[in-house]
Amino acid sequence: MVGRARTAWLFLAPSLTLLVLVAGWPLARTVSFGFTDAALGDPSWHWIGFENYLANYGGRQYGLLADPVWWHAVWNTLRFAVLSVGLETLLGVVIALVLSAEFPGRAWVRAAVLVPWAVPTIVSAKMWSWMLNDQFGIVNHVLLSLGLISQPLAWTAEPGLAMASVIMVDVWKTTPFVTLLALAALQLVPKECREAARIDGAGPVREFFSVTLPIIRPALVVAIVFRALDALRVFDIVYVLTSNSTDTMSMSVFSRQQLIDFQDVGYGSAAATLLFVIVALAVALVLTAGRVRLTEEGVLR
Amino acid sequence: MRRLRAAGFWLLVAAILLFCLFPFYYALMSSLRPPAELFRPALLPGQWTLANYRAVFAQQPFGRNIVNSVLVAGSVVALSLLVGTLAAYALARLRFRGRGALLAAILAVSMFPQVAILSGMFELIRALGLYNRLPGLTLSYLVFTLPFTIWILTTFMRELPRELEEAALIDGAGAWQTLALVLAPLVAPAMVTAGLLAFIAAWNEFLFALTFTLTDTERTVPVAIALMSGASQYELPWGNLMAASVIVTLPLVALVLVFQRRIVAGLTAGAVKG
Repeated sequence: MVGRARTAWLFLAPSLTLLVLVAGWPLARTVSFGFTDAALGDPSWHWIGFENYLANYGGRQYGLLADPVWWHAVWNTLRFAVLSVGLETLLGVVIALVLSAEFPGRAWVRAAVLVPWAVPTIVSAKMWSWMLNDQFGIVNHVLLSLGLISQPLAWTAEPGLAMASVIMVDVWKTTPFVTLLALAALQLVPKECREAARIDGAGPVREFFSVTLPIIRPALVVAIVFRALDALRVFDIVYVLTSNSTDTMSMSVFSRQQLIDFQDVGYGSAAATLLFVIVALAVALVLTAGRVRLTEEGVLR
Repeated sequence: MRRLRAAGFWLLVAAILLFCLFPFYYALMSSLRPPAELFRPALLPGQWTLANYRAVFAQQPFGRNIVNSVLVAGSVVALSLLVGTLAAYALARLRFRGRGALLAAILAVSMFPQVAILSGMFELIRALGLYNRLPGLTLSYLVFTLPFTIWILTTFMRELPRELEEAALIDGAGAWQTLALVLAPLVAPAMVTAGLLAFIAAWNEFLFALTFTLTDTERTVPVAIALMSGASQYELPWGNLMAASVIVTLPLVALVLVFQRRIVAGLTAGAVKG
């Protein structure tokens, strides 16, 4: 019906206009800024081709691809993503298994698990930087009085510890998300299957791996995809906990620093473009590897 | 053996509760202690005081920041729901060419790294004269709230039986009337879910708010908290910070606990289906 298609586009028009305005156009501008030497507050700029990415002057390499700080930010982001998402998945599934058991007060515990998810990211980063404070923080206090460390640790300042702290805070904040999805998926596991496994003499571990896991796997893949995408673009936690320190700097923090603090719109936009490409590649990779079909029926069937 | 297993189970539950609740508990307790006490970690205040709460509002326009956050989050929710419901109706109930591709494209937008549009958005906001103004934040937040609002509403609307619209059609109702009178009341729960998620996302947003505002009075709460500073760079006002943290978190915790089911339904929409 021609009339219906026309109506459909009429209903879609406001959303599409807005999305083109706030997503399509800014993205196109960012990508094109990446090929210029534009600077914040300076109206004149020139096309410089790929020089923000790689340039060669007098035998020396310049540009993002030759910038050790950028590569360190890539490395930081990747290890943050892998470690935090891995830990969150593990912890999230364990907590979900505990909460799927029937026990008095379960509803309250389930509600309590949601609290970290409800705390704004900035606030959780501040709360943790207070607990991890090197002089007055409770974490050092407890570890000192238990005799586990002999002197206070600078959790967010010491290069070896800063990334661990960032990951810890992220795990605290987002494990509930994985728990929620895992809990919802666990409800799909028929009781009979688990009982049958029990009767056949499978222990709880065996039961989990051969009965429960295969059933909740698709939902877990979705949770991991969403978490991984979030982790690759991480900004808030890193920025608040460790500011612009290169030890923990993520790709997002790097490109914002170039864009705003160093006012180098061209270079920062090039970095943002690379981040976009990396995220897009990750999406494509996960969608094929996890055999998650992106159909009009939904992310997953 | 049985008893040992039960004890182990409860220990696990206790550990989960401690892990999830302790940081918030500690922030709450720190916010209620006099600043001088903060140099000695303790689980309970030696002396209870609201001085930190008074100081937060006295030392910066924190009340204004809260109003800003409410205005921005509220307008983002209203706009996303209004525009998103129209789009979801078309995507869920009307047949047209390119529907699948369009839905995939909308989902793809929600995966955008915010930084990837930062410089383009900055230029756009300045060109529209919205720099350091709240409507600039409302506009830019649509980039992440609109896609998932459309997504959630489309998922829910698709579940409704076809007969409803056919009946409306036979009664001579057009698309507008069908949506407004027949479908909208039925998807109201989904609208609550999408609205809540959009509100939380807008309330918590940091990167755009940090970049597109300049003055204390235009800041939203997360930026105000992140930029709160003391007499010197090395001397953060931890008491004030914890008080501010508690103030912005309590309403969210209340929202999440009250609407637990709706939020879980939204987060799992499309993700978990048999």
